[in-house]
Amino acid sequence: MQTVRDIFHFHGGLQLDEHKSISTSKPVQDAPIPGMLVLPLLQHIGQAARPIVKVGDTVLKGQLVAEADGRVSAPVHASSSGTVVAIEARDVPHASGLKAMCIIIETDGKDSALETSGLVDFTAVTAGEIRERILKAGIVGLGGAGFPSAIKLNPGEFAIETLILNAAECEPYITCDDMLIRERANEVVSGARIMQYALQAKHCIIGIEDNKIDAHAALQLALADADDIELVRVPSRYPAGGEKQMIYSLTGKQVPSHTRPLEIGIICHNVGTAAAVSRAILQGEPLISRTVTLTGSAIPQPRNLQVRIGTPIADLLSLSHSREDDIDRIMIGGPMMGFDLHSNNSPITKTCNCVLATHKRDRIEPQASMPCIRCGECANVCPANLLPQQLYWHARAQEFDHIQDYHLFDCIECGCCDVVCPSHIPLVQFFRFAKTTIWQQERDKEKSDKARERHEFRLERLEREKQEKRERHNRKKAALKKDSDKGDDPKKAAILAAMKRVQEKKSTDTPKPRNVENLSAEQQKLIDEADKRRADNKTTENKETDKPS
Amino acid sequence: MIRSTPQVPVTHSISKLMLHVGYALIPGVAAYVWFFGVSILAQIALACVTAIVSESIVLGLRKRPLAPSLLDGSALITAVLLALAIPSIAPWWVIVLGTAFAIIFGKQLFGGLGYNPFNPAMLGYVMLLISFPLEMTTWPAIQNGLDSITAATPLDALKTQLGQGIDIPSAMANPEIGNLFGMVAGIGWEAVSVGFLLGGLYLLVTGRIAWQIPVSMLATLTVLSTLFYLIDPARYADPLLHLFGGATMLGAFFIATDPVSAATTPRGRLIYGAGIAAFSFIIRSWGGYPEGLAFAVLLMNMAAPTIDHYTRPRAFGEQRGKD
Repeated sequence: MQTVRDIFHFHGGLQLDEHKSISTSKPVQDAPIPGMLVLPLLQHIGQAARPIVKVGDTVLKGQLVAEADGRVSAPVHASSSGTVVAIEARDVPHASGLKAMCIIIETDGKDSALETSGLVDFTAVTAGEIRERILKAGIVGLGGAGFPSAIKLNPGEFAIETLILNAAECEPYITCDDMLIRERANEVVSGARIMQYALQAKHCIIGIEDNKIDAHAALQLALADADDIELVRVPSRYPAGGEKQMIYSLTGKQVPSHTRPLEIGIICHNVGTAAAVSRAILQGEPLISRTVTLTGSAIPQPRNLQVRIGTPIADLLSLSHSREDDIDRIMIGGPMMGFDLHSNNSPITKTCNCVLATHKRDRIEPQASMPCIRCGECANVCPANLLPQQLYWHARAQEFDHIQDYHLFDCIECGCCDVVCPSHIPLVQFFRFAKTTIWQQERDKEKSDKARERHEFRLERLEREKQEKRERHNRKKAALKKDSDKGDDPKKAAILAAMKRVQEKKSTDTPKPRNVENLSAEQQKLIDEADKRRADNKTTENKETDKPS
Repeated sequence: MIRSTPQVPVTHSISKLMLHVGYALIPGVAAYVWFFGVSILAQIALACVTAIVSESIVLGLRKRPLAPSLLDGSALITAVLLALAIPSIAPWWVIVLGTAFAIIFGKQLFGGLGYNPFNPAMLGYVMLLISFPLEMTTWPAIQNGLDSITAATPLDALKTQLGQGIDIPSAMANPEIGNLFGMVAGIGWEAVSVGFLLGGLYLLVTGRIAWQIPVSMLATLTVLSTLFYLIDPARYADPLLHLFGGATMLGAFFIATDPVSAATTPRGRLIYGAGIAAFSFIIRSWGGYPEGLAFAVLLMNMAAPTIDHYTRPRAFGEQRGKD
């Protein structure tokens, strides 16, 4: 459907030299089966896949060799038939240059495939079943990020208004989506319909940069009688294909900071992903190959190739007759956001859209950085409308709380600021450094928070136990006190009784006079004296006993 | 060696930028030479030599490599701007002292290019103006540059007359004053201003300076001077004199636009330019100096960090007031 739609213009951006036509003059060629396939277990965002084959196993083309592990993960399939010869760490295309676990298959050249079967009518199954099949096919975002597509086709609690298929391909040199659309527009369109069904999205828009005239025509043809999908041209201006920029260009909606487009009812997928979804659902074919642009001044015949996942990049370079001595550097992806390839033995993975090899004569010498003069050119071209000059200032000073006031995390690392900086400051590198440092600090803080929580919990428990002990003790003491008040204590009673008896005995212990009748005066006198002495003794005795002991 | 992307041909550089600023000064300087003689060229040469020597000495003391800082051209631009700001018939030591002060105290002591909070040329100018008021206000008369015949600048002359309680129409009736004026402002000076305007437009059109500062500065000055001229034409100079007399054009396109010491956000630059115009107008109209641009620039330099803080643009996707 061809409609007139207002295009919203995002801030900044750059008009870059395209270098695209050099790789679009020839049709997409199937790259030959390589002798060895190197299949990394992690070719997507999330958890690495878990191998389910062992060394010595023979595998068929399309056979599952590693299954998804965890919720955010994607399986890996053999892209040709052969024998598993190793499962070990190998060079992979990654900015870090680190090795990663791979399944190595020695191919037998027969390319014998597993029997596959697709759905004739995808609407006959549920959206959930569609997602299940997409997950099993190992499909991830082919635009570069590699997020497992099945998850991005699950709207969850959100109602999806619009599905956007991103066909901007705004980076210089890269033409794989362009060529894929030119040659397989029908697949893209049917993939779009399957995705729209899975998401239950009301609208579907394909956004394409206006420099892709042939691809646009091919899509128009594929959509000739259809009115369910809108085809919209956006101006060719880097980074028109940035997810947030594409959404804004087409809908005028800005995805709020720190949220996903899903939350404003929009989902964005790459056109290559749509084609892969179509093959997975309609033909039952897992993701085992992709279109790759092989280009750059060191490639004698730049073109697009349909490459089996796992094909070593060295094989592609020799296929293109490029001379190793001529090559200055090889990048994966475009010149703006790509990264340097550390080893030519690295394989093509699901997310490799372009191999860009530049000739030594085109070498761009790294420029020495000068101080920032705050000219503001970077802010003028920033598609996120940030102030890179201020971000840089704070990143350099490692003021990581200030830098977040300037919305560091809205930076999409497109590199526009780097290109225009008259002081040649590698701004994006500073921003990546700041981001990773902040993430690390947050992880550390989370860890220390947990440790502190544990410690505080322990202190609380000890205090509680002490309290309980004290209470137990007090209860016991109180109980004892109550008993003694009642006078039930037998010991005390016994003592009291004994004392009483002594007292009684003392009071009744006065000796009785004997033979006192008919006494002589002398006798009477002696008796009186004796009595008197006794009485005297008694008083002193009593005095002594009265003394407190 | 592993290099990072982006990897596209380098097009911008500080030295290129400074080179184009230098080109843009040519029409104004040419008019200056035409009307006031070649002494200005001697002043510029002297300033440039002083700048290079001062910068080299400090870089040497700081144990920094000389080449990158000297080749970026920023010290030379500072020197040329200062030379253009002082009278071309001033004694040689004035420009030497001013340039050395501008480079050493205005720029290098803060850490060199990119770290100076004040416009170095204006700092040097103000130091000279305060220390040597006589030398700094003795201007060449037209066509007699090398002979050191002096005359007042139009702003200067008007200020003096107004200070003596003479209103503008009466002052202009006095041939001694009236003859200083050409079509719109001082004879000769108006041509120099037009030259700087042309050079400034070149920088603007080629995107080498931000449009916000000169546009807001000239617009604010026009509005303020028109307003007061309409209120009392006897006491306030007309807008054209404000725009084409004095240092307005040089200031708007070459001095206020120094990015290091200016505000850096788009809205901040509008405020910054307007502030310079307002302070200039206030000082010219009611202050003790006939020309207030240098003070205005320094005042706004001080305000720039605060302005930037409050004028941060809304980031793409930022939800303001919803936090």
